[in-house]
Amino acid sequence: MKKTLLALAAATALAGLSAPATAEAMDKVKACFVYVGPVGDFGWSYQHDQGRLYAEEKLGDKLETAYLESVPEGSDAERAIERFARSGCNIIFTTSFGYMDPTNKIAKDFPDVKFEHATGYKREHANVATYDSKFFQGRYVLGQIAAKTSESGTAGYIASFPIPEVVQGINSFMLGAQSVNPDFKLKVVWVNTWFDPGKEADAAKALLDQGADILTQHTDSTAPMQVAAERGAKAFGQASDMIAFGPETQLTSIIDDWAPYYLERISAVLEGTWEQSATWAGMAEGHVVMAPYTNMPDDVKAMAEETAAKIKSGEFHPFTGPIMKQDGSEWLAEGQVAEDGELAGLNFYVKGIDDQLPQ
Amino acid sequence: MDMTQAIILTIMTAATPLLLAAIGELVVERSGVLNLGVEGMMIMGAVAAFAIAQITGSAGLGAIGGLIAGMLFSLLFGFLTLTLVANQVATGLALTILGLGLSGMIGEAFIGLPGLKLAAIEIPVLADIPFIGRLLFNQDPIFYMSIIAVIGVNWFLFKSRAGLRLRAIGDSHSSAHALGVKVVRTRYLAVMFGGACAGLAGAHLSIVYTPQWVENMTAGRGWIALALVVFASWRPTRVLAGAYLFGAVSIGQLHAQALGVGIPSQFLSALPYLATIAVLVIISLNRRMTLINTPASLGKSFVPER
Amino acid sequence: MRIELKKRDGLSSLFSILSPFIALGLTLIAGVILFLLLGKDPVKALYSFFIEPLTEVWSLHELAVKAAPLILIAVGLSICYRSNNWNIGAEGQFIIGAMAGSILPVMFHGWQSPLVLPLMLIFAMIGGAAYAAIPAFLKARLNTNEILTSLMLVYVAQLFLDWMVRGPWRNPEGFNFPETRNFHDYAVLPRIIETGKTHWGFGFALIAAIVLWFIMRRTLKGFEITVLGASARAGRFAGFSDKKMVYFAFLLSGALAGLAGISEVSGAIGQVRPVISPGYGFTAIIVAFLGRLNPLGIVAAGLVLALTYLGGEAAQISIGITDKVTRLFQGLLLFFVLGCDTLIHYRIRIVTGATQKGSAA
Repeated sequence: MKKTLLALAAATALAGLSAPATAEAMDKVKACFVYVGPVGDFGWSYQHDQGRLYAEEKLGDKLETAYLESVPEGSDAERAIERFARSGCNIIFTTSFGYMDPTNKIAKDFPDVKFEHATGYKREHANVATYDSKFFQGRYVLGQIAAKTSESGTAGYIASFPIPEVVQGINSFMLGAQSVNPDFKLKVVWVNTWFDPGKEADAAKALLDQGADILTQHTDSTAPMQVAAERGAKAFGQASDMIAFGPETQLTSIIDDWAPYYLERISAVLEGTWEQSATWAGMAEGHVVMAPYTNMPDDVKAMAEETAAKIKSGEFHPFTGPIMKQDGSEWLAEGQVAEDGELAGLNFYVKGIDDQLPQ
Repeated sequence: MDMTQAIILTIMTAATPLLLAAIGELVVERSGVLNLGVEGMMIMGAVAAFAIAQITGSAGLGAIGGLIAGMLFSLLFGFLTLTLVANQVATGLALTILGLGLSGMIGEAFIGLPGLKLAAIEIPVLADIPFIGRLLFNQDPIFYMSIIAVIGVNWFLFKSRAGLRLRAIGDSHSSAHALGVKVVRTRYLAVMFGGACAGLAGAHLSIVYTPQWVENMTAGRGWIALALVVFASWRPTRVLAGAYLFGAVSIGQLHAQALGVGIPSQFLSALPYLATIAVLVIISLNRRMTLINTPASLGKSFVPER
Repeated sequence: MRIELKKRDGLSSLFSILSPFIALGLTLIAGVILFLLLGKDPVKALYSFFIEPLTEVWSLHELAVKAAPLILIAVGLSICYRSNNWNIGAEGQFIIGAMAGSILPVMFHGWQSPLVLPLMLIFAMIGGAAYAAIPAFLKARLNTNEILTSLMLVYVAQLFLDWMVRGPWRNPEGFNFPETRNFHDYAVLPRIIETGKTHWGFGFALIAAIVLWFIMRRTLKGFEITVLGASARAGRFAGFSDKKMVYFAFLLSGALAGLAGISEVSGAIGQVRPVISPGYGFTAIIVAFLGRLNPLGIVAAGLVLALTYLGGEAAQISIGITDKVTRLFQGLLLFFVLGCDTLIHYRIRIVTGATQKGSAA
């Protein structure tokens, strides 16, 4: 009971500053971010922090931000979020899947604070929104480029953990590659980490040794790019533009750009127009950005640009039938497009991928 | 370069930092000191090497810088545990926390920069030997250092008088002291050697293995190095074998995955650890050998009586 | 100039009490210098670190939640270390204990009864103890070094947990995301008082600390632990079995680590996730030594260390330092505490001039 009273007190205190928080404009907003890794990972958390800095730059005096980095999932996350909620944050972005339940738990006690959870699906209270990006859109383009430029007809895929987002990426990459070369081969190595430069480098070497001549990764470090550069292979960047690590190696990179979303959502709080939403945006909204196409012939570049443009305009969806599952059974019929709901929980491979999905 | 060579090279690269850090810690433990701060000294070496290489433009200076940074950092441990006789286990762990924090602060300016790579040195004639020439004699200087360290430490411990004294201290500091051996001074030197090796191992990560700086890039390798010392039952040649075995199983499991063996990757990832336990169990069946090599006063503080 | 130590005849009771405060004083001075160098207001920074987390009720509860697993694991480890058993794999025992304890709510979700929670706690202790039994067996039977085996088994446990949560234990209604079902109400460890987050894990930690303190101080078992720890040979002469002690120490600390694991999962998280511990098992080693391997000292040490985590977060927000600085500061604090404990056992003299002959420099 006391806790609810405290929460109420906090809520009234907040309301005192910002009056009925839902519908009225504010002069100044405080936005807070919880990161799972160090902001210096040059990958996932780094990109979220770039988004924060962008919003800060655009909104100037109207925005105050704070962040906590390297917050482990579990009880530490819950404490971090609660601390923010109590310290006067108006909107809190929690940027790891594992923060889903803590976010919803705290949101219940702080109805006047807005919560935004990245990559999750639970929105148990009206003040919780979710957001994520359709990285798989970019992966289709990568697959096409890989199939066009690979000499051995084999690409290597360094994967982190078997969650739907990663599985979407592998499938989309393979579908793109098959659209160019139906016999294209993909070797997948799971490293069971998001971030370990040494291990990623080892995986990259193993894949190259086994005949892959193009690497793509769903892990965060730039190590695979450096290995590819050293071995004279080609590679795709991940999360950020990694061209500096492979000026003659990087074909392109899928950049996670959270800046437009953060600016939009924080502005919505300022204007009093924030509403619960479930955003799964891609190229069209500027969440998924392709780094410049480099180190490839002009015709490949033209093809990549065309595909990207079609995906961006909505003319083409990477998961458009006919698509068979790995075991040969039909998944999507001719012309049928996968629904977002199904994609969000994807846990099987499409035909042609020579790997068993860890179950 | 054929595939076997390529795979062996990968294993060697993966094993070198483990080997270096472990051989340094071996000397420390042989002198009776347990420094659990290897991870911390390693990460300090990594950040210092990267930073110095960036600033001076020379990866070689970077490597030396890493070595010195590891050594200086180990002095902190030495002062606490040897001069102030603080608990070694806790101090070592604290050293790791401090190292991870401090390296992160120093490294903030270097995130996202491609690093300089320490160039390989080809040893004339030898490098032309078929198959092994390419593997053993066309490597980066830190690799050569790791091999020299193994040979050197082996000689030092078992062939030199100073090494004998060091082992005597590790076995019984009181008796060694009674015989007039300078216990604290020797241990300081051992700790500094361990720090230098760990620093160089860290340098290997940031200027050879993956030339870049990112926080926590040692990713637990310091702990593996510590385990390898025990695995080797404090014998330098076995540290060599252990580090390469660990490297081989780690790389082997990645290859197994790329070939598509259909075993859950978590089980494959666990293999290096299980293999290490299995081999150690087999070694320790020979009870006498293990007992002989274990430094009896490991982890115990020493204060000279007068 | 050099520093010379002279052993006191007994422990200095004055410095037993004073040394933590001297350490705190030194940490404050170092903190002022550090924060001035970083261009931050040192008063505000130190306030956030040490005082702010203690000024609010919710934060005190969080302190207890954070300290609970650290204390529970560390008191178990203290028995290990006192008896010369170097268990550094508590992290693994924590994980396996948590998993064993979670069998009922995850796999037998339908069985909801008041019996569930007690069974979960028992399973967790058995699980943790069983996992600790592996290095114990290898040490007692095959003479395999326990430092290596217990450490390696941590990695194995982490990967096993990862596999279970991504595979067999995945929530069937969770869109294939890696997490189990949320525990049902009967499987959630209750709070000690209804108004705050502190769960019974903290209660277990206090109980364990008091019981073990009593055992160490007042029972033959405590004497046995001390004697065998000081010298296995002497222990054997006294009729104690060092082999049995290996099992006793490992099983006890494993069971407590397992209990800490299920308390965290069921009291604080509410489901099993691929990662359930931010390294409690390793941090607890520091706690054990900070508490001078004394169960009651460990309670204090666990609370202090938990405070630095909370304070670190508070400082990150209030003065905008990074988490790197907080870790550096935490490291400094530990160094000062460890260094100052020397005063309890030794007199310190600073000697200038020529080295005395025959002394070790």
